[in-house]
Amino acid sequence: MKKSLILSIVLVNLLAACATEPAKEEVSEPAPVEAAAPAPVAETAAAPAPAPVAEETVAMPEINSVHFPFDVDAVQPEDMATLQAHGAYLSENANARVRVAGNCDERGSSEYNLGLGQRRANNTKKALVLAGASPSQIETVSFGEEKPSCTGHDEGCWAQNRRADINYTAK
Amino acid sequence: MRVWLGLFLGLCVTMSARAALDIEITGAGEHQTPISVVRFAGEELIDGQTISSVVTSDLLRTGLFKQIDPAGKAPHEPEDVKYPEWPGVEALVIGSVRLLDGGRAEVRFRLIDVVRHSELIGLAVTARSDQVRAIGHRIADLVYEKLTGSAGVFSTRIAYVNREGKHFRLVISDSDGYGEQTLLSLNEPIMSPAWSPDGKQIAYVSFERGHATVYAQSLATQKRTVLADFSGSNSAPVWSPDGRQLAMVLTRDGSSQLYLARADGSGLRRVSFSGAIDTEPAFSPDGKWLLFTSDRGGKPQIYRMAVTGGSAERLTFEGSSNYSPRFSPDGKSFVFSHFTGGVFYIAVQDFETRQMQVLTTGGWEKKPSFAPNGKLILFASEAQGRGILATVSSDGRVKQKMVAQSGDIREPVWGPFLKQ
Repeated sequence: MKKSLILSIVLVNLLAACATEPAKEEVSEPAPVEAAAPAPVAETAAAPAPAPVAEETVAMPEINSVHFPFDVDAVQPEDMATLQAHGAYLSENANARVRVAGNCDERGSSEYNLGLGQRRANNTKKALVLAGASPSQIETVSFGEEKPSCTGHDEGCWAQNRRADINYTAK
Repeated sequence: MRVWLGLFLGLCVTMSARAALDIEITGAGEHQTPISVVRFAGEELIDGQTISSVVTSDLLRTGLFKQIDPAGKAPHEPEDVKYPEWPGVEALVIGSVRLLDGGRAEVRFRLIDVVRHSELIGLAVTARSDQVRAIGHRIADLVYEKLTGSAGVFSTRIAYVNREGKHFRLVISDSDGYGEQTLLSLNEPIMSPAWSPDGKQIAYVSFERGHATVYAQSLATQKRTVLADFSGSNSAPVWSPDGRQLAMVLTRDGSSQLYLARADGSGLRRVSFSGAIDTEPAFSPDGKWLLFTSDRGGKPQIYRMAVTGGSAERLTFEGSSNYSPRFSPDGKSFVFSHFTGGVFYIAVQDFETRQMQVLTTGGWEKKPSFAPNGKLILFASEAQGRGILATVSSDGRVKQKMVAQSGDIREPVWGPFLKQ
């Protein structure tokens, strides 16, 4: 997992800093944890910058979709971490922009599904805003059942189609 | 540049002389009139399908007629008919075609009552030779009307979406699938076609602007107008019966809600305020009521509300959910898609008795609409994993499957009677 790799790198660098020159700061930009302090455990969540990577404080999350049960538009607990990560990234990168696209499986009518996809996109946006994004960074759209990622008549395919996709239009 | 070229190509109207749909009929009406349609004198002189076979196909598709083979007999005028030679036949269609100068033809036909030995109707019409199919439909309409008492719909058209992979075409055709015209061709989805009451325009939803946008397109000029392009989704356009208003569904204020507008899209007025998904509006024939689908009660169900707005009355209570309501032309019932046990059925419900009648055997049966005579219902179905069109008679007895040569057919809607 990328996060634990980052933490390991931070930890190693901190210990290295302590071993050689305890007073010297190796990381040039502000980090949540003081480089001089021999803290064995670094901050979690909004990950502090590892020394080798100077630019970002938050890496772009890898997972770009959240999923929904049938006929449900509320964001699911298992997707909160993903949305937190995107929210944090958007919060740290004021110029970043995303488009959230809501989709549905083929059950129901095409018009009802257009509405359901919009609700899924809207709820996903709300979760991103709660996680730190600014509403002006997020555009929502619904594709209803019109852009399925697979076309089988089975739950395996339907589960894939019931989703909101988060696509960066500016990073 | 590419986008403009794509749109230009998409607007070129392509016409097809042969059937784009293969049709299969099952079931029969309560009574089937034994009828013989005799080949018209001179009909083979005109290219394409003969008039007598157009008439025969039209009548047989209703399930209300049993075809009796003329077996070599070929009367063309009433005086040629020898009644004893037609046992078991109740009605006889005879006629002739005469080629005129300038690519025109004169068609004459008679409908004979074999039982009473009398002539029921006759018609003589002159038209261009390439309009002969239309004349065949007109004859079938007259025969159907005389023998069943209901107006025929053989001269009407239908609209639907054909999807092949990521390519979408908005298509109109005769109700038997002939004369297919592609109105729009896109690599983005097209949904929800609707006919204007005068049959001169089609409204629809297109995703070419990146989100659901409502357009209207003139069939005569192919000119397109944007009717609604607000933020969010703009969809489900329907004209009022007098053609002066539109109902649409917009999400600009949050969730899908019903709006009315003038026919040009101006004068927008919100009429539902539920905060739920309110969609698929349909006007009553008198223009005073709207049916719509709403999940304000939890699951999608069908509601009725006055066009002026206000409270809505829930109408459907059976199954898991109900969608896509449309009024019958006489306003006494409505047809809808009924979802229960994981299966979609087409059902009708009477407003007065509140009784629901399921008309089909179930599958992926959606988006029903009545033919303008109220006797047939067109809907989207599926066969062998492909989207097809289907019809069912309003009493559930006669069924028809219409399969395209290629692609999935979706989102069908029956057009209005054409003014003669």
